[in-house]
Amino acid sequence: MEKPSVWGKLYLALILFLLYLPILVVAAYSFNAASSGAQWTGFTLSWYKKLLEEGKYTQPLLHSIELGLLSAFLAGVIGTAAALSAATRAFKTKGVFESLSMLPIMIPEIILGISFMSMFALVGLRGGMLPLVLAHTTFCIPYVYIIVKGRIRDLDPSVIEAARTLGATKIRAFLTVTLPIILPAVLSGCLLSFAMSFDDVIISSYLRGPTSELLPTKIYAALKLGVTPDVNALFTLILGVMLLLVATMAVTLQIRKILQRKVDAQ
Amino acid sequence: MKQEKSFPKFLLPMYLWAVLLVALPLGYFIFLSFLKQDMTYGFTLSFTLDNYKRIFSGDYQDMMLRSVAISGLTTLLCFTVGYPFSYIMSRLSGRARSVVMLLIVIPFYTNSLLRTTGIITLLSSNGLINTLLTHWGWIKEPLSLLYTPGATVVGMVYSLLPFMILPCYSVCQKLDRQTVEAARDLGASRVRSFFTVTLPLTLPGILSGCVLTFVPTIGMFFISDLLGGARSSMLGNIINQQINGRNLPFAAALSVVMLAMALLFIGIYRAFSGKSELEGIA
Repeated sequence: MEKPSVWGKLYLALILFLLYLPILVVAAYSFNAASSGAQWTGFTLSWYKKLLEEGKYTQPLLHSIELGLLSAFLAGVIGTAAALSAATRAFKTKGVFESLSMLPIMIPEIILGISFMSMFALVGLRGGMLPLVLAHTTFCIPYVYIIVKGRIRDLDPSVIEAARTLGATKIRAFLTVTLPIILPAVLSGCLLSFAMSFDDVIISSYLRGPTSELLPTKIYAALKLGVTPDVNALFTLILGVMLLLVATMAVTLQIRKILQRKVDAQ
Repeated sequence: MKQEKSFPKFLLPMYLWAVLLVALPLGYFIFLSFLKQDMTYGFTLSFTLDNYKRIFSGDYQDMMLRSVAISGLTTLLCFTVGYPFSYIMSRLSGRARSVVMLLIVIPFYTNSLLRTTGIITLLSSNGLINTLLTHWGWIKEPLSLLYTPGATVVGMVYSLLPFMILPCYSVCQKLDRQTVEAARDLGASRVRSFFTVTLPLTLPGILSGCVLTFVPTIGMFFISDLLGGARSSMLGNIINQQINGRNLPFAAALSVVMLAMALLFIGIYRAFSGKSELEGIA
């Protein structure tokens, strides 16, 4: 099969450029002295200063992080447990339950948001973080489940059988063999869950209360009134943290690979 | 691996969760969609089909058509841009491929409002595009790019492109090159071998990509809200308005119609691809 032509590579570069252009524009304008418009009037850090001094996004940010961590953790436990047993078992109701569990990421989010809103109103669950945690965990479970299940399917069953034959108890075989193998998948499922929860506007906008304002819903309310430089600065900070996380992950994986190669060489 | 028949206890938490927090809420709001609105209590317990009759009456037809048209156009554009991208990407060398993959996934992890804000900054009347065009003397008056259905489509394509690229790439990568080479050796032209071999073999990924772009767009109210303005409000925006206007039963009926559209799409995907899980989702 032939390698892509120069035109093909140019096409990839063009699309990637267009993909990053809006993000880079937002980052660039967070340093623009002009308070509106696209004219570049000089470099400034005052929007960041304003952002930190006013602090109106601090509380929503903390709520969003708390929500993301809780949902990712719950989804991590529930999704991994389910994936572990589902991968090795077949029974009658499996298809129905699996479809039902995966439904939250298949249907438009607004449907989930409204049905949670009306359901929680019915049982008198209003305000605070609990409705949000329940809702976010619901759409995070499928991500963990799919990723971990995929990993278990690729797992060579003979390694577990080997551990069991050599006298390891079921629990020990799980802790020393299965868990280390699936751990990267569990972590990436949790990371994806956190990212999805942290980014959610639609479902949260139906469930947030005065004591549980979240970062995305707060930003959305601000954006409805127009784009302001301090929102640009906030986005740039979020983007920076995100890139740092991705870079850390990439480096960690690289180091692991190098170590693995050294071990293999010995 | 040996398949055990017993009902697994570790699956119980997820199943319980699915029943209590997926089936129950969805069932409840489908029930709500058949009730009458009530100004004091939100709704009264009297059965009616009026909510559905209202949706299919003339008032909402335009909005429904526009909604489906915008989502359809978004899906088509994502495919037109994303499929060639995935195909070319799958032929890169291993290292370049993982770099491009990372570059595609990073925006997906950034904030969706950030991406929408970027589009606003580019398209608004005093935004980057208009400023540059005026500066170069190509236009005298700023073009009205923002607050049009076009802007909504641009914003949606931009936000959902990775969801088309990932599944398409997943099938392009698995594509057995030898089948294409065989077709070429047997005398098929490039175009013919593409349409008779490559395209059918990558169809599951394409369909999966279409589901992953079409389904979210019909409910994504914030993009059409921020970019499209009042003239391009979609099904999601109308549902949102009905919620704010406290007509829960009508909002529920609109959502049931949306749910039916989503499930229809997923059903078509399953029928054509013979798979229950979406290609390339993980």
